[in-house]
Parts: sequence; structure tokens; C-alpha cells
Amino acid sequence: MSHTETEIPTPKTNPTQEPEVLKAERSNLGMLRPDHNKSVIIDWLTTVDHKKIGIMYGAIALFFLLVGGLEALIIRTQLAVPENDLISAQRYNQLFTMHGTTMIFLAVMPLNAAFFNFLVPLQIGARDVAFPRINSLSLWTFVAGAIVINFGWLLQALEVMGLFEAKGATAGMTDLVPAGGWFGYAPLTSTDFSGAGTDFWIMGLQILGIASLSASMNFIVTIINMRAPGMKMMRLPVFTWMTLVTSLLIVFAFPAITVALGQLMFDRVWNTNFFNVAGGGQPILWQHLFWIFGHPEVYILVLPAMGMISEVLPTFSKKPLFGYSIVVFSGAVIGFLGFAVWSHHMFTTGLGKVATAAFSLLTMAIAVPTGVKIFNWVGTLWGGRVRFSAPMIFALGFVWMFMMGGFSGIMHAAAPADAQQQDSYFVIAHFHYVIMGGIFLALVSGIYYWMPKVFGKMWVGNLSTWVAVLVVVGLNVTFFPMHFLGLLGMPRRTHTYLEGFGWETYNMVCTIGAYVLAVGILLLLVDMVRCIRKGTPAGNDPWNARTLEWSTTSPPQAYNFAKTPVIPARDALWEHKYGPENRRITYEEDHGHGVHMPSQSWMPLIASIGFIPLGLGMSMMQAGVPFMGYVAIFGLVVVCVGLALWALEGPGGYHLHPEEG
Amino acid sequence: MSNTADHADSHSSLVVDNKKLLMWLFLGSDCMFFGTLISTHLIYRKLYPDSFEPTTLFSLELTSFSTFILLMSSFLMALAVSAMHKGQLKSFRRNTLGVIFFGLIFLGCQVYEFAHFVHEDLTLQTNTFGSTFYMMTGTHGVHVAIGIFWLICMYFYSHTGKMDAHESAVDVEVAGLYWHFVDIVWIVIFTAVYLVEFIPEI
Repeated sequence: MSHTETEIPTPKTNPTQEPEVLKAERSNLGMLRPDHNKSVIIDWLTTVDHKKIGIMYGAIALFFLLVGGLEALIIRTQLAVPENDLISAQRYNQLFTMHGTTMIFLAVMPLNAAFFNFLVPLQIGARDVAFPRINSLSLWTFVAGAIVINFGWLLQALEVMGLFEAKGATAGMTDLVPAGGWFGYAPLTSTDFSGAGTDFWIMGLQILGIASLSASMNFIVTIINMRAPGMKMMRLPVFTWMTLVTSLLIVFAFPAITVALGQLMFDRVWNTNFFNVAGGGQPILWQHLFWIFGHPEVYILVLPAMGMISEVLPTFSKKPLFGYSIVVFSGAVIGFLGFAVWSHHMFTTGLGKVATAAFSLLTMAIAVPTGVKIFNWVGTLWGGRVRFSAPMIFALGFVWMFMMGGFSGIMHAAAPADAQQQDSYFVIAHFHYVIMGGIFLALVSGIYYWMPKVFGKMWVGNLSTWVAVLVVVGLNVTFFPMHFLGLLGMPRRTHTYLEGFGWETYNMVCTIGAYVLAVGILLLLVDMVRCIRKGTPAGNDPWNARTLEWSTTSPPQAYNFAKTPVIPARDALWEHKYGPENRRITYEEDHGHGVHMPSQSWMPLIASIGFIPLGLGMSMMQAGVPFMGYVAIFGLVVVCVGLALWALEGPGGYHLHPEEG
Repeated sequence: MSNTADHADSHSSLVVDNKKLLMWLFLGSDCMFFGTLISTHLIYRKLYPDSFEPTTLFSLELTSFSTFILLMSSFLMALAVSAMHKGQLKSFRRNTLGVIFFGLIFLGCQVYEFAHFVHEDLTLQTNTFGSTFYMMTGTHGVHVAIGIFWLICMYFYSHTGKMDAHESAVDVEVAGLYWHFVDIVWIVIFTAVYLVEFIPEI
């Protein structure tokens, strides 16, 4: 912490004084804008500040991480001993479906989005994202989608309590929670085999898709257009680069699932023939469309994690990232190749030799840029002055655990081997090593690294060591035996198993590991709460870091940078601190007109709330609940009114005049 | 820069305006969207070549006419954008009304076509051809309808006196990008779904 004596201008004025000086203005519609509101709740509901939006994304994602984790624990408890009858087969199906859906769409993606939101504008020296109100829409639409997709659980709970029953007008409301697996293979999702849960799943995912697409387009525009002067593309921090690649993947991959879900909805509501075998529909079409989205989705999850690691390792090795350009290039190649490997999820469907061979080769090819990244991370460590601070421990854990997931991935890439492993616990082991061992550890590393910037508080004590030990031991004890279970032939998605296959011990070990992992994650949350409540002031740059976000205050002011920084080099802050004179960060004069701030707005929230009746109405309309069509139309009207008022109220904005120190 | 110097979000590193770049990204995404719909249609068409004979149903004259109308609406859209850039509000309004009118003719043709097909017993439920055809062309129709609604809003907005030459020119251009894209998608659909059906014995 001895390196913060830099000449970076930090605002000296008390930020709490400013809102009292400024008064809310009227929008073009004559309504009072919710700016400078004294109510904290209104301030957060209407905020367009990327930092507050990022914090909300993070909080909601952590909540759903716990929900998904609880679902996983129930699954593991059920499987602890053979022929267990803790939960029914149907409930088991619901749990693994919602565990997967929750973890991917409601925990990992929004947790990534939390980092995108908070960090990207800070890392590129921008005041905010390009479209602050669209950013707010993305957040609240994500919340609406999460509510719709989990609505079945609420009904299920009411049913268990005896407050809801599927009879009379709601006779069609059976099978309330999605139970078709997170990839919802046709024809399992047809009306013949599944009920209302699938409709909630379809509409929930559609709404989440809108949230992801609008957020991604916003980030691409931000990264391309909003960079501070001198922040050339090849000077961008790697995390920002990976945000860009991830966002492009979302923009081009999500339409496939949007169409697939639309076709499925048509099949269910209007009896069309897309996946309806009796009418000539081909269930395999669903698999293709789903995985054309689904495989890029894997990289949508992992590339931001790789970006975080590429920030943490150089900071704690006191070295620049080894081979910056090739790391960036590899990330882009992974993103590009990610679109060309979807059929490796379908090797056993009988695609034909040529297609299988091609997809097999392409899948192996994608290991090359991934390997390049791993070697570059190791190269970064090599000869560096390594500090084993909390973020670094988790980052090193990521490199190791992610490689384990990668190795079993290579095994799947070989089609003959995959034919043996398909739908067995080996697959579960593989992708949990990638997601838990890889992405989750990177996210924890990111949390430990950037929390001092987010809240301005430094971590207390060394609870992080315990978190690291429990999480890493827990995930290995949970998932490593699953390799053996898979090779011993235990199929995934079975709610119980018989004695005598040699699966008993492994399953018991997995379950114990899951609880160890759960304790580790709870400790992480305890540590975060301790940090926020008892942490000591972090200062601008507690880690002696390299990138631009550490040059501003912790937590950053609403306007991020009092003056626009001019970036002379990559690793801007590091060069500023230790580089030659001509690589110092300089600041543009603002000639007295201050920092232009966007006005807050109710409209994104209103438009997003409309998605809830729209989604629920459409879902329950399929089950034949009366008046649901009108509810859906009402929701659509709310969305449209919100958007129309949004267009008419005008962007507004006001100026802040932070005084320089 | 001088126009927007008081906006901190204007230090663009590229010349493409934020709104325009957002629209380009949306159109890229929409490409994949229509690509998926059109390929679904073509795959099922190839899979079941004999289940349905569209040439008995399609009216090439009507669809050519509506395609031509949509193309001409794009021409008017380009004129409207150009007028807005020059600050000629009256010309902008005249051309926008033309686009709206032509768009409505196109939608009318589509409604007529759908009604005719349903009358001839091709519905969403009939077979895979019906499902994919209606979903694909219907989605395109919804895109056209949204475009028309957008332009109607702009037409009325131009009467409020709040349109300023610089910002509104970009807004109109963004609407124009959308309109041209919807037009191009139709040309692809017209070729791949209608015209090829009339090639004898491929």
C-alpha cells in the first residue's frame, strides 16, 4: 500500500454535498425526474449508474447461486445412498433442471455481468456505459425473467401448503416446475410429456435473452466508442477484451435459442409441427438449434473468467501479462471457434462419419488457443515476484482446476470415447470442473480482487484461506469421484440407483464433498459481509495494480473520473507509477463545463416490470387458465408504454463539478 | 464535436455514432435470427420434398408486386434520410408518409396471402411447411409492422418541433438502417422460399 503516492487527481469535495446543491429537473414530458432523490430505494430502482447496476447484478446473482446450490445439495443428499426416497423422481427432475438453469442463467451469467458493469467503464476511462438507461433495462428485465422462470417453485410451494390446487380453471396447471433438463430436449418438452413448468421455462429464458442481448450490445458500443483518448484497442485491459468477445458471442448466439424457444412455444400453444414427430417434426432440430446457442454459451461463461485471471495473475506476479496480444487473440479465436463445435454435444445422435470427424477435429482445435492462454498465464508467473494474496490463490486454483476440466474435455472431443461417456457422470465431472473449478474460482478471485474497489473496504483477517481450502477440497471431493462413477456406467439424471454396481462409496464421497463445498461458499459470503461491515479503508490502489480502474477512488465517485484520462500505454496505471516520464497518465482539461451525468429514469423499470405479466400470462395461457391472454396483452402494453415514455422523456442529464485536489 | 461538446460521452474513438453502432449490432443479431428461421424452413422443405407443392399455392405475380413495393419503400426511406440530413423537414415528412404507405401495402398483400393460403387449407398445423412458412414470414411481417409504427411515431414527432437537425438525422438514419435490413431479409425470403420453388426439376 506504499505505492499510492501518485499525482492522480482525486476529488476532495464531500460527495454527499452535491445532491443537495442539485435539484431534479423536469423531463420533456413535464414529469419530475428521479434524480437526486433522498429515498435510497427510489435512487437504486431508477439508477442508471453502471456501478450501482453492477452491485445489484452481483447481489442477485449471489442469491441465485445459493438457490442453485441448495438445489444441488438436495440432489446430492438424494443420491448419497442407493434406493433413497428423500424426493420423488419428478422432484428430482425439477431440481436438476432448475439447478442447471439457475446456475447458468441466473448465477454465473449475471455475476459476469456484475463485473462487466462495474469494471468496463472504469477500465476504459469512461464516465458510464454508452446507453445508461438500456443498462438499467437489462438489469430489471433479468430480474423479471428470473421471477418468471422460478414462478413454478412458488406455485409448487403453495401447492404443498395446500393453498393452490390444479382444478377447475387452473386444471391445466400441473407439473409446475421445469423438468426437462437445462437443455430441454424435444420431445420431452412437448405438451404430451410436460406441463406448465416448461412454459415458465420458455418464457423465462426468452425474457432473460432480451436482458442479455440488450446488455451485450450496450457493452460492445461502450468498449468500441467510449474509450478514453489514447486507450487503443491493444491497450485495453484483457478483462475488457474478454467482455467484448463475450458480448459478441451473446449477440450472435442468442438468436438461435430465441427462435428455438419460439418454435417450441408455437408447438405447445398452437400445435405446430416444429418438433412434433407425428406432424413430421424432427426433435434433432431442437438439439442443433439449442447447441448452436449452447456451445457459445459455454464460452460466454468462461471467457470473462479468463479475463479476470489475466488481470489478477500479472498484478500479483508484478509482471506484465506474458504475450498480451496472443492472449487477446486466443480469446477471440476461442469465441470464433465456439460457433463451430456445437455438434460435439450430439456425437451419439448419428450425424454421419464426416460431420462427426469434422466436429471432433474442430473441438480438439479449440484446445489450442485455450492451451496458449494457460501457457501464457504460466509464463506470467515465471520469474515473477509472486504474492499469495487471496485473489492470487483463487486464480492459481483456477489455472489448475480449469486444466482438469479441459483434459476431460479433450477426452470428449474424441468421438469414440465420447460415445462411452455420453450421458454418464463423466460428463457431469467434466463440466463441473470447468464451471466450478474454472469459472467459479475465477469469479471468487475476481470478488477478492475487486471488492475493495467496489466498496472501498479492505478484507479483514485471513478467512479467505479457509474459503480457498474448503472450496478447492470440496469441489475435488465432489466432482473427482464422478469421473469414476461415469466410467463405471452411472447415468446422469437418474433419481436413484440400485446397490451392487460399485457406485455406493463414490456417491457417498461426492455428497460429503458437496457439503464441504457448501460450507466454503457460506464462509465466502461471511467474509464478504465482514469486509463490507468491518473492512478498513482500502485506498485507491490496495493491490499495487496495473489497470486504470485502480487510479480512481475506492469506491469510485458517481462520475468515475473527475477529468478524462489520456492513456499513453498498456497497463496504464503501472506505467504511470513506475514507467518513464512520457508514459504518465495525463488528464484533459474540462474548461469548466464539468462532468455530464445522465438522468435517472423510471421508464426502464416500468418496461421491465411489464415482462412479468407478459411472461406469466403467455405461460399460463398454454395451460388453459382463463383470461391469461389478457394478462399477457396487459404486460405487453406496459412494456410498450414504458418504452414510449422512455423515448419521449428525453435523455436529460446534468453537470457535476468535482473539484480537483 | 462542437455540437455535443457538453456531453461527456462523446469522446468517440470511432466515427460511428453510438446509436448507429447499436442498430448495426441489433441487425447482426437479427441476421442470425432470420438465418435460423429461414434455414429451419429450407431444411424441412428439403426433408419432405413431396409432402407439399407450394407452386400451386404461391402467386408469383402478387409476391413480386409486394416485393417491388417494399423495394420502392426502401428507396423512399433513403430519400427521407437524405432529406433529414439536409434539414428539409417537409421533404422528410412526404417521403416518410410514402414509406409508411408502401409498407402498409406490403402488409396488406401479406394479410391477403395468408388469408388465401388458410382458405386453401394451409395452416400452421397442416404440416411442417405450414409451421415454418407462417412463422418465418409472420416474423418478417411483424418486423415490417414495427418499422411502420416507428415511422408513424417519427412522422408525428416531426410536427412537435423538437426535431433538431443533428440528433434527429441520426435517429432517422437508424430507423432507415432497420427498414433497409427488413427489406433485404425479404429479398432473401422471396428468393429462397418463393422463387426457387418455380425452378423446374433442380
